[in-house]
Amino acid sequence: MSAVATRPAASRLPAAASVPAPAQRPPALDGLDPAWSRLVTAPDAHGTPRTWHLLDNADLLAARDGNGGAARGTILAVHGNPTWSYLWRRLLAPAAEAGWRVVAVDQLDMGFSERTGTLRTLPERVRDLGLLTDALSAEHAPHRLTGPVVTLGHDWGGVVSLGWAVDHPDLLAGVLLLNTAVHQPEDAAVPAPLRLALASGVLGRATVTTPGFLETTLALGHPSLPRAVKDAYRAPYRTAERRGGVGAFVADIPLAPDHPSAAELDRVAEGVRALTVPSLVQWGPLDPVFRDRYLADLVDRLPGAQVHRHEGAGHLLAEDVDYVAPILAWLDAFGLGDAEGAASPTATATAASARPAGEQPVRPPLWHHLDERVDDPTPALVEMAPRGSTHAAGGPRIVSWRLLSRRVRELAAGLVAFGVRPGDRVSLLVPPGADLTAVLYACLRVGAVVVVADAGLGVRGLTRAVRGTQPRFVVGEVPGLTAARALGWPGRRISTHQLAPAAARALGVDACLADLVELGAAVDLTDTFDGTSAPGSGVIPSPAPDDVAAILFTSGSTGPAKGVVYTHDALAAVRDALAQQYDVGPDTGLVAGFAPFALLGPALGARSVTPDMDVTAPRTLTARAVAAAAARVDATVVFLSPAALANAVATADDLTGSELAVLARVRTFLSAGAPVAPALLAAAQDLMPNASAHTPYGMTEGLLMTDASLGEIATAQPDGPGGVLVGAPVADVAVRISALDGTGAATGAPADERGVTGEVVVSAPHLKTHYDRLWLTDRAAVRETPSDSATAGGRAPGGAGRWHRTGDVGHLDADGRLWIEGRLAHVLTTAAGPVTPVGPEQRVEALDTVARAAAVGVGPRGTQQLVLVVEPAVRTRRVRLAEPVLARTVRAAVGLPVAAVLVVPRLPTDIRHNSKVDRSALAAWAEGILAGGRMTRP
Amino acid sequence: MNGATGVDVARAGLVNGSGTVLVTGASGLLGRAVAGDLAAAGWDVRAFQRRPSGVVGATDALGSLTDPDAVAAAVAGVDAVVHLAAKVSLAGEPADFERVNVDGTARLLEAAGAAGAARFVHVSSPSVAHAGTSIVGDGTGPADPTHARGEYARTKALGELLALAADDPAMRVVVVRPHLVWGPGDTQLVERIVERARAGRLPLLGHGQALIDSTYVDNAASAIVAALDRAPAVHGNAYVVTNGEPRTVAELLAGICRAAGVRPPAWSVPPSVARFAGGLVERAWAVRPGADEPPMTRFLAEQLSTAHWFDQRRTQHDLQWVPAVTLDEGLDRLAASYRTGAGPTVA
Repeated sequence: MSAVATRPAASRLPAAASVPAPAQRPPALDGLDPAWSRLVTAPDAHGTPRTWHLLDNADLLAARDGNGGAARGTILAVHGNPTWSYLWRRLLAPAAEAGWRVVAVDQLDMGFSERTGTLRTLPERVRDLGLLTDALSAEHAPHRLTGPVVTLGHDWGGVVSLGWAVDHPDLLAGVLLLNTAVHQPEDAAVPAPLRLALASGVLGRATVTTPGFLETTLALGHPSLPRAVKDAYRAPYRTAERRGGVGAFVADIPLAPDHPSAAELDRVAEGVRALTVPSLVQWGPLDPVFRDRYLADLVDRLPGAQVHRHEGAGHLLAEDVDYVAPILAWLDAFGLGDAEGAASPTATATAASARPAGEQPVRPPLWHHLDERVDDPTPALVEMAPRGSTHAAGGPRIVSWRLLSRRVRELAAGLVAFGVRPGDRVSLLVPPGADLTAVLYACLRVGAVVVVADAGLGVRGLTRAVRGTQPRFVVGEVPGLTAARALGWPGRRISTHQLAPAAARALGVDACLADLVELGAAVDLTDTFDGTSAPGSGVIPSPAPDDVAAILFTSGSTGPAKGVVYTHDALAAVRDALAQQYDVGPDTGLVAGFAPFALLGPALGARSVTPDMDVTAPRTLTARAVAAAAARVDATVVFLSPAALANAVATADDLTGSELAVLARVRTFLSAGAPVAPALLAAAQDLMPNASAHTPYGMTEGLLMTDASLGEIATAQPDGPGGVLVGAPVADVAVRISALDGTGAATGAPADERGVTGEVVVSAPHLKTHYDRLWLTDRAAVRETPSDSATAGGRAPGGAGRWHRTGDVGHLDADGRLWIEGRLAHVLTTAAGPVTPVGPEQRVEALDTVARAAAVGVGPRGTQQLVLVVEPAVRTRRVRLAEPVLARTVRAAVGLPVAAVLVVPRLPTDIRHNSKVDRSALAAWAEGILAGGRMTRP
Repeated sequence: MNGATGVDVARAGLVNGSGTVLVTGASGLLGRAVAGDLAAAGWDVRAFQRRPSGVVGATDALGSLTDPDAVAAAVAGVDAVVHLAAKVSLAGEPADFERVNVDGTARLLEAAGAAGAARFVHVSSPSVAHAGTSIVGDGTGPADPTHARGEYARTKALGELLALAADDPAMRVVVVRPHLVWGPGDTQLVERIVERARAGRLPLLGHGQALIDSTYVDNAASAIVAALDRAPAVHGNAYVVTNGEPRTVAELLAGICRAAGVRPPAWSVPPSVARFAGGLVERAWAVRPGADEPPMTRFLAEQLSTAHWFDQRRTQHDLQWVPAVTLDEGLDRLAASYRTGAGPTVA
């Protein structure tokens, strides 16, 4: 074909790519029902009749009981390269069950469709598909294609499906995507695998002459694809003649602007921005080609998109995970295919993404004290042991409100000048301290979204968090920047400190905070921040209350950390909840030994001091360091983590008389971050005799849900199943219990009935709004809560309307106070019903002979046996079965059937919290031993 | 006692606790308990075994399952059969096991059907469904003669399949598989443990850390009676029966030893060594038959070093039965039997 010869990449394909062949039906293949296969002829982009092979569940749908086969709508599924419609086989039956027609095409020259002998380009493929659906629309029932249509695409099929979507606004009701891209970001390199495939002399051999490209793709399964499935993918591509389309597809990737398909790709990419229908993007982050930056680009184009990143999945997402159930759930959640949804898909989308107006209390912005105290020379922040070379001269670093306010404004202006736009994600790899505080408030002020990851995540966890969020900017110290460089984290890099030019180059650093301050200092700060915003005035507008402010990652007890998204209003609500509960306000002296609350010091207007401690190892905090910090700001409020608290109590004997006097002035004392033993709280109370000791209950998703005072805890009598008393809900928080059923699942409707054990469900204005790019997790977190009805999967902003399933189990006592009985994932299911672990553990830990205990289940769910694993009071060095006396006393204490009592030297715990036992891991260990396995340590 | 529905009664032709029931193997620990419970429930109990059963209220019909005439005489006029008789041993000639556990069972099933028995409870063993790996909360799987370990398990599996195949509207068959039955008067499990412990020949395999479930004899008996009652509703099924209280091997052995007043095992053999030794012993016994039973077999080594406990939910639900005697109560009763001198003597 002469036209082909003019295309540079296509011309490199071997002659085998130009051999025509008719369409055919696939042979018998694993998981594929031959009844789904149809051959349909339609004119192609040039008017030539072409025969397509497609998978179609129309007959299955028609055979369904009930509605005479009328589909709610059609999912038009388009595979990528080098797969075929087999990719969608698992969708057809469940979709029919849900009333959805699925038409999954084999693109021309691909799968079992006709080999046209031409090398088709993107504009041709988009037109081909439109002409096919025209032909399907002219068929008779049940095969006639009717609206609404939801497109589904993977890989380069994503582009073709989006092209169809852009061209058929009248039929289009929704867009579904799996790992794909419509645009090559300017600042991103072409993925290495594609560069290689497109290299001169490689293309033809890799894609057509040999099955290399096909085999490479099939090797991308996580876990590996079964042999039968690989064979099915290979079936239409057995010979070089059958693989012409594979090569043509790769040749058609428009990496240069003069490529024949570049204009069409741009048309589609821009057209996508105009789509108003709901969309769901499912993503496998382990894809070597479609990396997270392409997801970020898609989300940018489809701002209303629901996104779910399937951690651990890769390019062949449709093989790696269940992508079908999320699709069906999404179709239902957005009312697609329902009468009103079909009539007005645009309205559905608007309802899903729009923010309800008004009705929210107006909270002052997080930085309002910084605006009001621009001239205040009194201290805002004190760091007892400042980090960094410029402050290493010794002694505390004191930052006044005036200085902090000016720095924040300079940084904010500098960030804008540097190119940070509202909504841009900025990853802060900065340890707690004045630098972090300043850059945090600067980002908040200009509407950038701060991404804060706990160092406790470790390098792997941090990498996952940073890659997953795709920040446009990373601010860090040298260690963070080194990791960013070494691990290829995305984003332009900003150093906290001035680096030597060589070091800056080596780390890929564009600027340091001092550069930004300099940029910002050049503008008139008063005009920029205090002026009334008008277009072109140079004023930096404040973000709206329901704009996203922050994404927080903390080390979860199970699985990869999730990004927890807070709006400005929700963060301001956290501040207000703290202020109200602990009476912290302007000019309160605050010892901030617990990072999440420490960062809120300036927002509270408090004078906060960071004690001398290694923030990544709270156990390094001494009592004298607490006293020194408290003395510096005349502290009346002290916030510490339990690990820091434990060490402070342990070193209390070192305190001098004057230091004790300082601590005697503390009014309120708080241990936050994990449950704390009453004995520890009481010991801390002895250190601060005039303080009211508190321990709050909360989680990254809701930092302050309930609060218990030491007095309450000390006098509380465990009722029913026992547990840890965490107190009554704080102001504006609602706590409900979703009762456990016999299988240990929290299926009860959330209620406030007393004495019922179930999953703790909370609602508060200061709750997170959603998880970042985890639509399924969002849905699970609001399952069967009042917010579940919101079509946006719990994203509906607003105070009391937002609910969260905590994953904790507990009950409310007669006084409405919450008792925590463990994690939902750790509930045992015996034949007699579910058993929560904390009550039995507490009863066993009350024995003199036992230091710590864990209650775990062994065996299949529903018939599990309760096993107690104990750390004896007298240290032991080996793992063993408990001797008869200990076994007998443990059983008597538990009061439930106990199959075995195991003795271990040490229960495995989360080092950072030093209190949370990993019961899931312990259960697996116990099950191995009690099945007759080796007596290893847990 | 849970009765059958009216329709079932009409079809099965008898009312619970009224009629004649044949109990085979009534001289054993469990057989005696079953026969006693049935007699107490108002059944006319006929006890079939080679020597007198000693069950109060039962009529003995002496004989062997290998004797067709004796079997025919035993089933004459019975309304129901509870079949416990079996060759139980850890070693022996395959043909001996087959004669009793397979052929004998087939003979009894056929004779019972011909005699008009309406219900048949076949007592089997969990070992029919397992191949030597650990059992962690499993349900009641199908009997599998090809994978069962040892002649006993293999022939019991065949016998169970025959019994279930004989289930018929005219004769309702239920299979009950009690696991590790023990109690006062036990000459099998308990006395073997106690004797070996007394002689200092009872090692723990490893740390004795595998969880095993067992069945106190009264519970096994009441489950069998329940199966007889529930036969019209649950026929054609097999049910593993246990106390539902798994314990580590070490704890169970120690409990039995303490009850008998002997020292619990204090020395340990690695399980791999025990399995290897068991294999050697089995081969040695094959060429040099001496005592009735070898001290260790591979089967026993596996039983004592891997978990064996079961999901009892279906059993308890279907049979409408729960174990009435807890493990600790059972051990107390065992201890009492030793204190009063009524403990077992080696037969």
